[in-house]
Amino acid sequence: MSRQIEEKLLFELDHPGRNGASLPKCDVPEVSFADAFGPLARKEEPVALPELSEVDVIRHFTRLSACNYSVDLGLYPLGSCTMKYNPKINEAVCRYEGLSGVHPLQDEATAQGALELMHALQESLCAISGMDACTLQPAAGAHGEFTGMQLIRAYHEAKGNPRKIVLIPDSAHGTNPASAHFAGYAVEEFKSGADGCVDVEALKARMNEEVAAIMLTVPNTLGIFEKNIKAVCEILHAKGGQVYIDGANLNALMGVTRPGDWGADVMHINLHKTFSTPHGGGGPGAGPVACKAHLEPFLPVPIVVKKEERYSFDYERPMSIGKVQGFYGNFLVLARALAYIETMGAEGLKSASELAVLNANYLRAKLTGKLELGFDGPTLHEVVFCDKGMPNGVTTMDFAKRLIDYGFHPPTVYFPLIVHGAIMIEPTETEPKEEMDRFVEAVEKIVAEARETPDLVKKAPHEAYRKRLDEVAAARNPRLVWKR
Amino acid sequence: MHYLPASGEDVKNMLGAVGAKSVDDLFSSIPEEVKLRGPLPIPSGLAEAEVKERFALRAARNTVASCFPCFLGAGAYDHYVPAAVDAILSRSEFYTSYTPYQPEMAQGTLQAIFEFQTMMAGLTGMDVSNASLYDGASATAEAALMASRLRKGRKILVARSLHPSYRAVLRTYVKHLGLAVEEVPFGSDGRVDLSAYAKAAEGACIFLVGQPNFFGVVEDVKAISSVALNSEKPILAVAVAETLALAALEPPGPQGADLCVGDARSFGLPVGFGGPYLGFMTAKKELMRQMPGRICGETVDADGRRGFVLTLTTREQHIRREKATSNICSNEGLCMLAATVYLALMGRKGLSELARQNLSKAHYLKGALEANGVKPLFGGPVFNEFAVSVKGSAKVNGKLFKKGIIGGYPLFKDYPKLKNGYLLCATERTAKEDCDKLASILGGAA
Repeated sequence: MSRQIEEKLLFELDHPGRNGASLPKCDVPEVSFADAFGPLARKEEPVALPELSEVDVIRHFTRLSACNYSVDLGLYPLGSCTMKYNPKINEAVCRYEGLSGVHPLQDEATAQGALELMHALQESLCAISGMDACTLQPAAGAHGEFTGMQLIRAYHEAKGNPRKIVLIPDSAHGTNPASAHFAGYAVEEFKSGADGCVDVEALKARMNEEVAAIMLTVPNTLGIFEKNIKAVCEILHAKGGQVYIDGANLNALMGVTRPGDWGADVMHINLHKTFSTPHGGGGPGAGPVACKAHLEPFLPVPIVVKKEERYSFDYERPMSIGKVQGFYGNFLVLARALAYIETMGAEGLKSASELAVLNANYLRAKLTGKLELGFDGPTLHEVVFCDKGMPNGVTTMDFAKRLIDYGFHPPTVYFPLIVHGAIMIEPTETEPKEEMDRFVEAVEKIVAEARETPDLVKKAPHEAYRKRLDEVAAARNPRLVWKR
Repeated sequence: MHYLPASGEDVKNMLGAVGAKSVDDLFSSIPEEVKLRGPLPIPSGLAEAEVKERFALRAARNTVASCFPCFLGAGAYDHYVPAAVDAILSRSEFYTSYTPYQPEMAQGTLQAIFEFQTMMAGLTGMDVSNASLYDGASATAEAALMASRLRKGRKILVARSLHPSYRAVLRTYVKHLGLAVEEVPFGSDGRVDLSAYAKAAEGACIFLVGQPNFFGVVEDVKAISSVALNSEKPILAVAVAETLALAALEPPGPQGADLCVGDARSFGLPVGFGGPYLGFMTAKKELMRQMPGRICGETVDADGRRGFVLTLTTREQHIRREKATSNICSNEGLCMLAATVYLALMGRKGLSELARQNLSKAHYLKGALEANGVKPLFGGPVFNEFAVSVKGSAKVNGKLFKKGIIGGYPLFKDYPKLKNGYLLCATERTAKEDCDKLASILGGAA
């Protein structure tokens, strides 16, 4: 990550006369665009594309890759993002031609392997979550939330009243209120209790027949298990409401406890968090939704079903909410997740959750006294510190940027919103103890620097490919494409 | 377990530091009554070699286009992906990184997004682009939601010839938001019926048109944008399921489209049984602040050097929560990278030549079919896909498969009135002799 070659943009590297790909000779008579389309034909080649050789392109992107931090380089402690190691076998199997080369509209008889894979994953996710049915269609967590809220709405509508309100705690991810809104609900935020959990008495007083559902992240973004979860489910169910669980933090719970057993009705599962599929610099993810039997009729079409050793897509689902993705979901991401589940097995998944919680508690113990805890409750998979006591006007952002100089990706910052200057740390189970110790040392040094040489921290990073970037200027005068 | 580095000794030491007696103690905040008794009801873990074997068996139970000639398109077009694309996607600096929230350590990803935005805006003739959406279908839905914020009209107008899945997802998205979806029919040439559009346009906030449409027919976007209306013009959005066609056609922007969405999977990604694909959105500048999803912008660092950041974030859910322009968070980052590498490799000359090959193959196939008495369903111009009339289209694919061919897509499922409609696609991977073979078989069936 130290100083390196300044890499130009592709367009600045443009070198007319070069090409980066070869095409077979065309074995049929050539038809020109003008002949086929007349005035609708493109008149000039797409000038937005450069002319480069394969060598130019490979060097360009390899150099750019060197400007990135990644899990394969070291600790990536983004809270609620679960940046665990991405096993290499997953990457190998999803590239098998027999999986990557299957056309989504092929006859089912010619895609039995792909369908069996999806069916096996549906079954595994139901087993892990304690739910009865599952759709693999959503492409990411927020897409899963949207799908789940649509299921809830369809369920209420079928009972005659869609209801109006979805309750969401103030510690929730921003996607929760946005997803509920796009399912047509008014969002009502409610304050977490003093213990970071739902205030059961306040919920009981608030609950009525207008409330369609509650959306809860468990453990929540403070890393705390919702200890009254059973009571919460009972309060909602008593007045006909539904309980949606945001599974972003499922990595704390595998093999220990299951949302389906709490009484929850529906949840999404981020395969790119808990089930080790790579984040890819922002996707593709996958956000399957698992639910109880009473919501199953509303799941998106199609669902993979098994009848006498044959797998097929079931489209005959008259109460379905419809489709949420063009085809069946991010299949090659699903393949990676199934490879992970089959590798880990029941015991391995439980160990993963146990060690994720142990690692988070270890970091909590080691960092307490250096940083101020944002919330003093029992920690599961992540721990939140705050900016209290940071000297000389050093902010959470300064602290985060200085970590870059020590070779670490910063934690999630300024979230959850209920903790001032939040620093949210999730090491995951795949971090070795030495790596966490190195992180603790770095934090210790930065805390000392904040006291003694605050400018060093405030102007960080110093050692990265770029110094601090001006985000305000970028938003004020947006330049979103390159211009000659 | 080889992904879990903690040794027994490590666990002991860490428990000591925490002040806990056992790992179980760490879960004491979870009430006993909700804890799982016994193991998860899934099998025990397998060794790497065993997992590989299982997946090899799964792969072997599918038939793929590399073994059988494939004439299926219908939203997923089989193009060759150069080895260099996967070489870059396999770099863990890219695939094991997160969304670039800390730009100083994510300039690689951010610069690639900026390059992607530039190329997609250029190809579609628009001013701005976002960093990707899930797929073409959800991008279409996002376009409708965006238009409903920009215009007063509560009606979403969509061409019936737009991809059926795109329309299906659109309906799911707008269902509960007080928006009505209305379809504009197609004429005998397979194109949007312009007079029907003119009649339906009043009160519409958007008109969504496929380009080429689901029948492979190229729409006259300029003619659509020039239709005289009695009311405010809806936002004209073009949805592109086969982005390679952008290299052959005048871009939607200069033709009068305000917005372009679609699926750029054709640029460097496998058909992959339907995902992950690459939704995109490009737009005229005036629409920029209502766009969904991540957007990358250019800026400078403290030393004045050029750098890139995610920008205009006040549109997004993590800032604006329920008032955000979309709920999207994770998008299709690595697929975006694939497209960027692919387009850089192909270049303006390579992509043009590839488009010409696709066009030539499809026209050859069409000609061969006609010579065998198989008639096209529509008269409009086509790129690499077209519809023909084949009696008993539902049963044709089974017959073709026995002869080693993955056939086309019967249209009756989505268009009951097009009973004999059968959609066929030819790409650069389609060989002349396979076209001849298909034509003679279908000619016999016709």
